[in-house]
Amino acid sequence: MNGKRIWAWFIFALGAAYFLLPLIATFEFSLKMRRGAYTWDAYLVVFADPRFQATFTYSLVIALFTIVAGILIIVPAAYLVRLRFQKLRPVVEFVTLLPLIIPPIILVFSYIRMYNTSSLLPFTGSAFGTDLLLTFAYVTLSLPFMYRAVDTGLRTIDVATLTEAATSLGASQFTILARVILPNILVAVLSGAFLTFAIVMGEFVVASLLNRPAFGPYLQLIGANRAYEPAALAIIAFIITWGAMGMIQLLARFAPKTAIRTD
Amino acid sequence: MAEEFLRIDRLVKTFDGNTVVRNVDLAFNEGEFVSLLGPSGCGKTTILRMIAGFERPSAGRILVQGRDITGQPANQRKIGMVFQAYALFPNMNVAGNIGFGLKVAGTPREEARARIAEMLKLIGLSGLEKRFPFELSGGQQQRVALARALAPRPRMLLLDEPLSALDAKIRVALREQIRAIQRELGITTVFVTHDQEEALSISDRIVVLNAGKVEQFGSPFDVYNKPASRFVATFVGTLNTLTATVADPAARTVAIDGQVVTIPALPATARSGEAVALTMRPEAVSLAADTPRDIVLDGTVSEVSFLGSVIRLKLDLGTNAIHLDTFNDQRTPPPAFNQKVKVTIASSDVLVLEQ
Repeated sequence: MNGKRIWAWFIFALGAAYFLLPLIATFEFSLKMRRGAYTWDAYLVVFADPRFQATFTYSLVIALFTIVAGILIIVPAAYLVRLRFQKLRPVVEFVTLLPLIIPPIILVFSYIRMYNTSSLLPFTGSAFGTDLLLTFAYVTLSLPFMYRAVDTGLRTIDVATLTEAATSLGASQFTILARVILPNILVAVLSGAFLTFAIVMGEFVVASLLNRPAFGPYLQLIGANRAYEPAALAIIAFIITWGAMGMIQLLARFAPKTAIRTD
Repeated sequence: MAEEFLRIDRLVKTFDGNTVVRNVDLAFNEGEFVSLLGPSGCGKTTILRMIAGFERPSAGRILVQGRDITGQPANQRKIGMVFQAYALFPNMNVAGNIGFGLKVAGTPREEARARIAEMLKLIGLSGLEKRFPFELSGGQQQRVALARALAPRPRMLLLDEPLSALDAKIRVALREQIRAIQRELGITTVFVTHDQEEALSISDRIVVLNAGKVEQFGSPFDVYNKPASRFVATFVGTLNTLTATVADPAARTVAIDGQVVTIPALPATARSGEAVALTMRPEAVSLAADTPRDIVLDGTVSEVSFLGSVIRLKLDLGTNAIHLDTFNDQRTPPPAFNQKVKVTIASSDVLVLEQ
């Protein structure tokens, strides 16, 4: 092994240690609930907590609605930008990046100002209305990731020609989107969906300020009041996120293949 | 007399102030195979896309069987189209692709299945219905695209440079197959190409386009042998152009690099000393030893290209050079480089083009 290689491995090990050590330490700590032995007690306590089940289910449902709403808004929008409004691309890309620039706290305060009980659209007046508002906020927060994922998917297919081919065969715009475009970018859409899922499951600021029983505020609540359970929850949250990332990697293998062959 | 099927009436298309199709008038007969031929940017694809409904004409009308379809949406025109990049749906297998139009039209499943089988037989790909596009060769993909376009029984077929992405051998085989299928079905077909050999070999008629205007509309024989303009003469096929000086307008004589010959086609308006362009196809020129004709010129062989059955020679006449094609003859080797030869041309094969 030459010197350069050793350095490369050394830097890799350093980087890996930077990321892995806190995780290993947290994991180790989460197992130490019972004095003098490694046990899954902290995890069992967490799983048995009805608040864990309630908040996890709540966030899961909100994540699913966020994903569906995101797909319904972003797929047609990205498709039309690619097909008809190429000139608008820079503007749309800028807009989709705004949620990365504007902190969620600004977003949620604006929502509360705009949609409070004395406004024209009093979303915060009911639990259902607030749930809707939370979903909208999450659609906005996941916009940069969802749009980019969908746009990358659209880049891999010849959107214009496939659209024209389907049109010449009598298909309507809706049929083209549902039967031709969406199935061909499904892997990209699902990648965006898993990213959205990971974001929603751990989000704290918006859920907390809208006072919804989501998983993020629950994590914070346990973290402030307990010793071992927060470590267990942190590991669970990591597993969720990594699981979502793993699914993205796995799905990439199933992307429809295209081949312009000349033979 | 075949019935008129498609009429293009004073069609104009302007993109951002740039007119790419200028007042085009055309009428195609039912069952006819017409090629739109021209260089890049001549407007041929734009005309095709207007027929398909993908572009809206800036002015003019498109009529199919007397009915104005100019404003009709593309998905209601019942016009099949094949694209250069195949454009098969990557998520569907061969049967799914061919059956797409049938599914959209709500064709009953059994009927659709039978039609897909019929189409696969027509393109010679029976047994490959379960394959996905990426598992097929380019030629097979394009045949599937053709079957997909034909499956819903369109009233007309449009082919947008369907052979351009293919290798030379596949291109020739597929164009013959396309023509055979078109003849079998009797479907009116418009074929866009920039390849004159392709257009000449499979079309009933050819529309030669240049800068958005129709230069000539006629049979391959007429377009090749009786070009209507200098553009057509130079764009379609190889053409020899010799610069000559009018010697005696009354006697219809000109001098080609000092060699005086009689050209009956010389216009009466030509003036002595004026430069004229004489054009002829390479096959209209032969070596004097082969066929004696009325014009005989002295030249020197400057290039010998062996093309298989044909040998193409380039001869220097002085300032002019002339190409000639001669059949390969196993018993007689072609003239050698730098060899002095006599070439002969029938004056009736010479066209005089305006300078």
